[in-house]
Amino acid sequence: MSQLFKMAFRDLGRNKRRSILSALAVSIATTLLIFMASVVRGEFRGALQNGIRLQTGHLQVRAASYDENKVSLAWEDLVENPAQVTDQLKALPQVVDATPRLIASGILSLGDNSRGVQVIGIDPAAEANQIFRQGVIAGEFLAGDDREGVLIGKPLADKFALNIGDRVNLLINTSNGDVDEQLFTVRGIYTTNVFPYDENTVFMPIAKAQAFASAENHASLIFVLLKDQEQTEPVAAALKSSNYQIVTWQDLNELSVQFEQFAGAYMVILYLIILGITATVVTNTLVMAVYERTREIGILSAIGMKGRRIMAAFLTEAALLATGGVVGGLVLGGLITAWVSSVGLAIPAAQGVTGILLGDKIYPYITAQDVISLTITAYVITLIASLYPAMLAARMEPVEALHAQ
Amino acid sequence: MEVTKVINATRDFKIGEMETHALRGVNLSIEDGEFTALVGPSGSGKTTLLQLIGLLDQPTSGQVYINGNDATRLNRNQRADLRKGTIGFIFQFFALIPTLTAYENVEMPLLLNGTKPAERKKRVNEVLEAVGLSDRAHHRPDQLSGGQQQRVAVARALAINPRVILADEPTANLDTENGKQVMDIMQRLNKETGVTFVFATHDPRVIDYANRVVTLQDGLITNDSKSNGKH
Repeated sequence: MSQLFKMAFRDLGRNKRRSILSALAVSIATTLLIFMASVVRGEFRGALQNGIRLQTGHLQVRAASYDENKVSLAWEDLVENPAQVTDQLKALPQVVDATPRLIASGILSLGDNSRGVQVIGIDPAAEANQIFRQGVIAGEFLAGDDREGVLIGKPLADKFALNIGDRVNLLINTSNGDVDEQLFTVRGIYTTNVFPYDENTVFMPIAKAQAFASAENHASLIFVLLKDQEQTEPVAAALKSSNYQIVTWQDLNELSVQFEQFAGAYMVILYLIILGITATVVTNTLVMAVYERTREIGILSAIGMKGRRIMAAFLTEAALLATGGVVGGLVLGGLITAWVSSVGLAIPAAQGVTGILLGDKIYPYITAQDVISLTITAYVITLIASLYPAMLAARMEPVEALHAQ
Repeated sequence: MEVTKVINATRDFKIGEMETHALRGVNLSIEDGEFTALVGPSGSGKTTLLQLIGLLDQPTSGQVYINGNDATRLNRNQRADLRKGTIGFIFQFFALIPTLTAYENVEMPLLLNGTKPAERKKRVNEVLEAVGLSDRAHHRPDQLSGGQQQRVAVARALAINPRVILADEPTANLDTENGKQVMDIMQRLNKETGVTFVFATHDPRVIDYANRVVTLQDGLITNDSKSNGKH
């Protein structure tokens, strides 16, 4: 066995440039696989975390009849006396914060321009909403008792050319099915770096939103953040009641999860293309090696080396190439992924995608499982690619091989 | 005792539409301890006959016996097994593996037949000494002269203690002095160890060493004569 490795290692050294180029092909492929996998995983992980932080929380408590798609404001569809429910939730040890939100569909207009938006009434003091306070880039955050101020996202401010202090008209549905409109003052402009969210969401204090929508002392939902995401299921099970529906982040981010699965399947095709190209390079290298060493194969065969062992010799060479290539690829891919995940990979604003909160930067992320499965895949593909040349060598007739020039 | 026996062997090659009859019914028996030369002009069938005896090729018809086994009934792997235990080869070109040292080249057939490490080491050193190359054991083929490389090939052929060593034009690529050295060594080994040698050649100086000369022409044995050999 050691002789096999020694021979394979020295044989690779006979044409160093070719061996290095082949190992490099495997390295580049592994690097690409690692980086692509980490970008895709990072993208969806980021989108999911954005979804949880901004929109869904880990859990939501809603009235039993609330339908998210209808954004109903009818009282029977809302959580009554949200302060009381919130206090009960906050008393749970697993809960970091629980805060009521009132959500209404609206139209923001200024002059001839108008745009559909989601108006969210929030408690400006709640810890879960500090993410919006931190995102304020102009003006100031909302105060709980502000009756005229709104916080709008940067894309919306850009679209309407709004500055702090400008007044805009907001029209919303109310709890009794009518519509109401009012002029509001832009108090602040925020960004969460999630374009589709910032473009669509207008905040106002929940007390004002309740008054505006005729939904006093009601909330669309209680937004709950937990200390540990993994505790979602047990907490949801503990909260189960006939008066409320408890919805988890998995339910609320179903689209992200499905999209990730779709993207995963699409990536497999890309992986196979990359690995296919690599396999061709490896096959080519070893076929050339077999033809160059035909006479040596004849000699080894003449002194009693069986086809199986000749095949093993070439597979060992491929395994060494694969090892060098994969290790190089893991190091290079790991370094690139680590660097890009520290600075972020800028992507154009994902304006066309709704329901998935892609940020303006992707922070690649890779799991040990990804690394292991990609390493094994690259290794196995390299070995499969070397099967043909190895079999070619093993099947050579000694007489013909000995007479090769 | 008979080492190998060829009975009415023919070997045809077809290249495109043309068929060549390399051997046309050859009968030959080689006894233990012989130092036999197969001679004849190019294309007479020397190398083909040597390849049949060496189980590197199969006859189109007829039989080849090695150690009493009918080799024509054996499959590829069984022939390889029989080769690695019974037959040593020396080729016209210095058929060494260029990435292995002289020592490792000689060791290779011992590795293939499963000789234990300690025994292997002892045997490799013995045969390298026998061909006068102990001091070149760790040189690669490209660091050795043609004559030295062919002596390593002799040592490799000898390593497994074969019953017969087959040599195809062993001196063809050597100058007179190196050719003489290789033939002297082969003859000495034949006398000292009793190993049988069969070699194909058309070099008259080499033929002089043989104690049996088998002449081939157009795929047939035309003469088979015994002599005392040189020295």
